[in-house]
Amino acid sequence: MLSRIAESLFWIGRYVERADGTARILDVNLERLNQLQPDEQRLVSRQLLGIMGARPDSDDFGLGDLLNKLAYDRVSPTSIAGALGAARENARRARETVSSTLWEGLNTTWYGLSQHRKDVVGTYRFCHWVLERTAMIKGLADTTMSHDESWQFLALGRSLERADMTARMLSTQGVLSAGLSWVNMLRCAGAYESFLRTRRGASGEEQAAEFLLLDRLFPRSIVYALSDAEKALERLDPSYQRIGFINDARRIVGQARTFLEFHQPVDLLAELPEHMDRVQRACAQASDAVTRTYFAQPIDLSWVGEVS
Amino acid sequence: MSDLFEDYATAAKRSPAFDEMFGAGQMPRAEYAHVAAALGELTLADVTARADSMARTFLDRGVTFDFAGEERPFPLDLVPRIISGSDWNILERGVTQRVRALESFLDDVYNRMTVVADGVIPRRLITSSANFHREAYGFDPAGGVRVHIAGIDVVRDQAGTFRVLEDNVRVPSGVSYVIENRRAMAKGLPEAFGQQPIRPVEEYPRRLLTALRKTAPSGAEDPTVVVLTPGVFNSAYFEHTLLAGLMGVELVEGRDLICRGNRVYMRTTGGEQRVDVIYKRIDDEFLDPLQFRSDSMLGCPGIVNAARAGNVTIANAVGNGVADDKLVYSYVPDLIRYYLSEEPILPNVDTFRLEEPQAREEVLDRLDELVVKPVDGSGGKGLVIGPDATKEELEMLRAKVLQDPRGWIAQPVLQLSTVPTMSGGQFSPRHVDLRPFAINDGDDVWVLPGGLTRVALKEGSLIVNSSQGGGSKDTWVLADDAPDTQVETTGRPAVVPAPPAREQASVWPVDSNWPDNQPEQ
Repeated sequence: MLSRIAESLFWIGRYVERADGTARILDVNLERLNQLQPDEQRLVSRQLLGIMGARPDSDDFGLGDLLNKLAYDRVSPTSIAGALGAARENARRARETVSSTLWEGLNTTWYGLSQHRKDVVGTYRFCHWVLERTAMIKGLADTTMSHDESWQFLALGRSLERADMTARMLSTQGVLSAGLSWVNMLRCAGAYESFLRTRRGASGEEQAAEFLLLDRLFPRSIVYALSDAEKALERLDPSYQRIGFINDARRIVGQARTFLEFHQPVDLLAELPEHMDRVQRACAQASDAVTRTYFAQPIDLSWVGEVS
Repeated sequence: MSDLFEDYATAAKRSPAFDEMFGAGQMPRAEYAHVAAALGELTLADVTARADSMARTFLDRGVTFDFAGEERPFPLDLVPRIISGSDWNILERGVTQRVRALESFLDDVYNRMTVVADGVIPRRLITSSANFHREAYGFDPAGGVRVHIAGIDVVRDQAGTFRVLEDNVRVPSGVSYVIENRRAMAKGLPEAFGQQPIRPVEEYPRRLLTALRKTAPSGAEDPTVVVLTPGVFNSAYFEHTLLAGLMGVELVEGRDLICRGNRVYMRTTGGEQRVDVIYKRIDDEFLDPLQFRSDSMLGCPGIVNAARAGNVTIANAVGNGVADDKLVYSYVPDLIRYYLSEEPILPNVDTFRLEEPQAREEVLDRLDELVVKPVDGSGGKGLVIGPDATKEELEMLRAKVLQDPRGWIAQPVLQLSTVPTMSGGQFSPRHVDLRPFAINDGDDVWVLPGGLTRVALKEGSLIVNSSQGGGSKDTWVLADDAPDTQVETTGRPAVVPAPPAREQASVWPVDSNWPDNQPEQ
């Protein structure tokens, strides 16, 4: 398939997952933010924005600005609207490759973006709507596209972004002293019920962090998402090597996953910030490596004359 | 008839145009009988709800054209434009004839120019055309076809005669709307289908792919076809994606292609892959910076040389613009006689050649009654309709014509035929044209039964272009009353005997209810 199209698919996967993750994070943190004093609210808003990888553009950055930056700003790739817009634009460029239902799902979502009230209550509804739409889009991608190379690129982008988003989700816990309760953190990842069933009431902070970080069966855990990414990379390049990996992305993702899986934590909560930082960096590096291997093209056209 | 047609007769009388739906005495013509009955059942609320739902579907599916950087849906009207089987036979033969003549003409112009030597067309006419590309001179394109896809615009005059308004043999667009309109109409006006055999349009992409593969360079065993698009900002981008998707081929941009050793490759995740046929959807001027505009980033350097070396087929061929020059258009009936020794089946619209002093004088005297068009324009660009123009516009036009008589032609104002169209809570007559599409694979010319009917949504307006407030209608070609043509063009579903019921074959091992037969342990 065309490199350009592969890149579009990779980014559709990433952007849709980013919209989903951002909606989840915004949803639970909004609840907490609303209960804070105005001063604290501003501080937490700034920190939250920092965790999502953006910088406040003014000094009196408040809750309203945060909503705009993370939900409605169509220009910023950090916001939900921006991510969904970018996903749609990528699908438009790869429209003959994605299934028409997938394209339609993205297109109608994009048209639906403007039909929401931009206050706090409206944002709750908006986040919920985004979760529904992204779930639908992912389901359509999985059931209407052949799981060939093109789908693998989509799945790869999705798993990398998912690991990244869970890492950010866990990072929000460290924000300020009045952190997010673990119940809410688990709800945020949609993991609450499955955590309860797995751990049978033995629920503490440590176990919750462990679950979201290391569980091998819960799909939004970091280890699970990274091993998904590994699988996609393996199918994209099934060549077998006796020693090592030629493919940088596989090495980076594999290293991150195995380190987490085989690591014996002394105090997981104290180590959490470092883990989260490393995971995010690994995801970014892996994404760059994928770009170099599969998408990158020399920008200037080289002139090649006759060979005969 | 429902009250939605209440004022139709009065409105129709205001214009001398031929009405497609109603004949004398406001009786629906035979081909419209079923549609008239179906529409008669509807109330305004029904019609509005259906129109809204169709518009919504188009927006959701992204059936849009880009205008000034904005994606707009192409408005589809609920009333179809219907062409009877007998009328269609004439159109089909006429379009085929025209495509054949233009193909021969292009082949001749870029080679021996016998048409000039035999005095049918002045040499000056060809060499002064902005779209006569010397870069394409003197080689036979791989596959031997120049006009793979043609869109011949026809209109119906006051007497109901089909006339050719212009030929499009460069990059005719609009076929995606033909396919999408039919899908939308099947949901929007289901009552009218089923009552009568309407010839299907969905085989177009398959026909196109077959023709493109057939005209591939001779060495290619399993030719790779790509659609070359200028990119997402082109007004017809939707069409490019639809056609590439329906043909199951890659949609490439110039930057996806690379030329090496006079061969064209595309960059894929698995390395470079050879390309054999390029369905070119960008203008010649932007195709190859080595041959044409050197500042073009849309094309790929070396592509024309690859075509010249016979290693890649470009469809439509480079340089076809000389054949749809509007001054050459006025010679097409002569070209048909010259190349095919046949009489033209579809007449032209009377055309004044402004280079001839007498014609120019007459036209300049009657500017306010005529339509004046630039010879190389498309999409209604630069066209001036005399009766609607202001004095200043006419003066400006006069100056332009005097300065460059070769650049303009004049035609009488044609009252295009009308079809009922929803407007302001009522059906009223609106002017339409028709663009049938033809595919030429070198041996046969196939005309898509249907075509794009564009409609001017403003009352009395004669400009149907989508960029200037036009909409479209689904075009139905009926399959009845055409028993004398060959089977392929009739395709009457009613007459074809049902295939015999298939015998059921059993291949699975005999089901022996094995769990029951397991010996007790």
